[in-house]
Amino acid sequence: MTSARDEPLLAVRDLHTHFSINAGLLRAVDGVSFDLRAGQTLGIVGESGSGKTVLSRTIMRLNLGNNVHTSGQARFDGQDLLTLPMSEMTEIWGQEIAMVFQDPMTSLNPVVKIGRQVTEHVRKHFGVSKKEARTLAVELLKSVRIPEAEVTIGSYPHELSGGMRQRVSIAIALACSPKLLFADEPTTALDVTVQHQILNLLGIQQSERNMAMVLVTHDLGVVAGRTDEIIVMYAGKIVEQASTDQIFQKTSHPYTEALLRSIPKTDQPSHTRLAAIAGRPPNLITMPTGCAFSPRCPYAQDRCFEEEPPLQINQDGHAAACWYQVGTAENQEAWDKNLAAGRLSTMAVAKGQIVDEVPTDLTTGSS
Amino acid sequence: MAGSGKAHLRDPESVLIRAEDLVVEFPISQGRVVNAVSGVSLDVKQGETLGLVGESGCGKSTTAKSLIQLPPPTSGTVSYLGTNLTSLDEKALRQARTDLQMIFQDPISSLNPRRKIGDVVAEPLRVWGPHNKDEQISQVDAMLEAVGIDPAIARDKRPHEFSGGQCQRISIARALVLNPQVIICDEPVSALDVSVQAQILNMLEDLKADYGLTLVFIAHDLAVVKNISDRIAVMYLGKLCEVSESNALYDAPAHPYTELLLGSSPVPDPTINLDITMVEEEDLPSPIDPPSGCRFRTRCKYATDRCAQEEPMMREVSQDHYVACHHPLVSVPEMAEVSA
Repeated sequence: MTSARDEPLLAVRDLHTHFSINAGLLRAVDGVSFDLRAGQTLGIVGESGSGKTVLSRTIMRLNLGNNVHTSGQARFDGQDLLTLPMSEMTEIWGQEIAMVFQDPMTSLNPVVKIGRQVTEHVRKHFGVSKKEARTLAVELLKSVRIPEAEVTIGSYPHELSGGMRQRVSIAIALACSPKLLFADEPTTALDVTVQHQILNLLGIQQSERNMAMVLVTHDLGVVAGRTDEIIVMYAGKIVEQASTDQIFQKTSHPYTEALLRSIPKTDQPSHTRLAAIAGRPPNLITMPTGCAFSPRCPYAQDRCFEEEPPLQINQDGHAAACWYQVGTAENQEAWDKNLAAGRLSTMAVAKGQIVDEVPTDLTTGSS
Repeated sequence: MAGSGKAHLRDPESVLIRAEDLVVEFPISQGRVVNAVSGVSLDVKQGETLGLVGESGCGKSTTAKSLIQLPPPTSGTVSYLGTNLTSLDEKALRQARTDLQMIFQDPISSLNPRRKIGDVVAEPLRVWGPHNKDEQISQVDAMLEAVGIDPAIARDKRPHEFSGGQCQRISIARALVLNPQVIICDEPVSALDVSVQAQILNMLEDLKADYGLTLVFIAHDLAVVKNISDRIAVMYLGKLCEVSESNALYDAPAHPYTELLLGSSPVPDPTINLDITMVEEEDLPSPIDPPSGCRFRTRCKYATDRCAQEEPMMREVSQDHYVACHHPLVSVPEMAEVSA
């Protein structure tokens, strides 16, 4: 018998979320699987439109509407969240799984005092009295290091700074001691100093409460050093999945490599030319055949435009979906070949050229 | 950090823009004022990129905008090519501003959604000429091409048909069409994805070389600022903390605030040891009632009594590296503090 400890807290299998819109069927999430164990942190990274937010909202059952088509499984603590009746899902929200959103101004109610917002879950789920709730609210605000917590519970959100508001959102999310926390770009709207502290705060609370966390972000700098595992998403699919160290030290997918190379770094001298990524993310309604990244990929070969690479896992547990993985001899060969042919997507990386339109095959790919 | 002083200013003859003692105050209720900028002095040489960095509310955008008199500073002077912009009348100022253009943070809201791209970029020419339609079209087309947009396709389209990065490039084309000397870039890449950010940064470097531009680049991301700037000014709560040639600032930060910013900046490398325990109790002080002495002292781990009483002045720590701090992180050569 496998013990309960071996069972992941969250097991997502072949999850699809499609939206029917006027223009057609938009495949926002297209076959995503992953496991998350208790107390662990998973980073989900991708550009705008990669499906990272839709993925977390699907698991939370926050995508409502007749035009949303979801399939697959998201087993949390043994039950599939996707088939749970809404009445049972509301019991899970806040109590078992909580969420912190990007914009702390719009995720807090502007006309309700902080204290009441922080204890709303506790009063609903555990039926505590107003007096107890007040004590609890002060404790929670102190735990997220809000100064003068006794005063702050009587304040409205607009009276606090952005960083303090996000601390309040975290206090709300932590109120019922959930087992899993989704943090969807929790620091994107904040200054670097505040971002650093909010991420620290999440980390401290996480280890104190042995809570699992999914950290969704577009910034590889945010997930480095703060996650156990990272998923890189592109066009609704996982393109690379590995431990945090492996993602950075043995980068295998050209898209992950491209993201890493395009970030300016403080240890590079001023005026270092950045490697750009050619083209734009694909239209999720009319996806290219083959690999979705192929038109923008500096290494793409004929096969990439014809055949979609599966997510293949190696013996280190490092998974990548690419025919010409970074670091292999085939990859180097593909690079040399494309560079010699002057392929636009390759030149964007080599010379930092700006390329908007990329051909969807190799034949017209030279400049 | 709350430093004043002008030790970091260079020979007025050698610079394109020189701002001295800029003060910008915004009146609010009950006779109080927001001290957005409190005595900032800056200069920018021809062809140089000056990076302005700091947290939101530090006055970096207000400082840059006051350079082009948007709005004019409450007090202080801005000299551009020897002309004091603060003393110009409206007509002369409008003329002077053709040399000083601006690009903004949100590329989509800074373009009129109902106008065609060709008209958006031609607008400055309709005001300042040439008034000949054909000449306007050819200049607009050349500008769009320079930012990598195909004019034949783009001319009759509207902003919503373009991505955020393309809209930002169209904004750049609009700023460049009058052939300006200086471009103030107010967080032009903050709203963009990293891959698009790289494109815009590379493009600004290319345009700067091609058109001989001088840039004032505002950002809160230290890596972005370092990438594009020759010289960087770090601001905190309306004051300058540190001014330095960019590589030196990162190699040996002299101001405790610069150290805090650098330590907080996310680094895409898991082997870097993060300080994952630091959570400040205090919030940023209010610019309505800023702390006495050094404005950073309430958050500074090195602060002493002196910091509360005496405002630090800018002084040189090494060549082209200046700091306003009583307890700088690098040793300061023996010399009298130069005060304004």
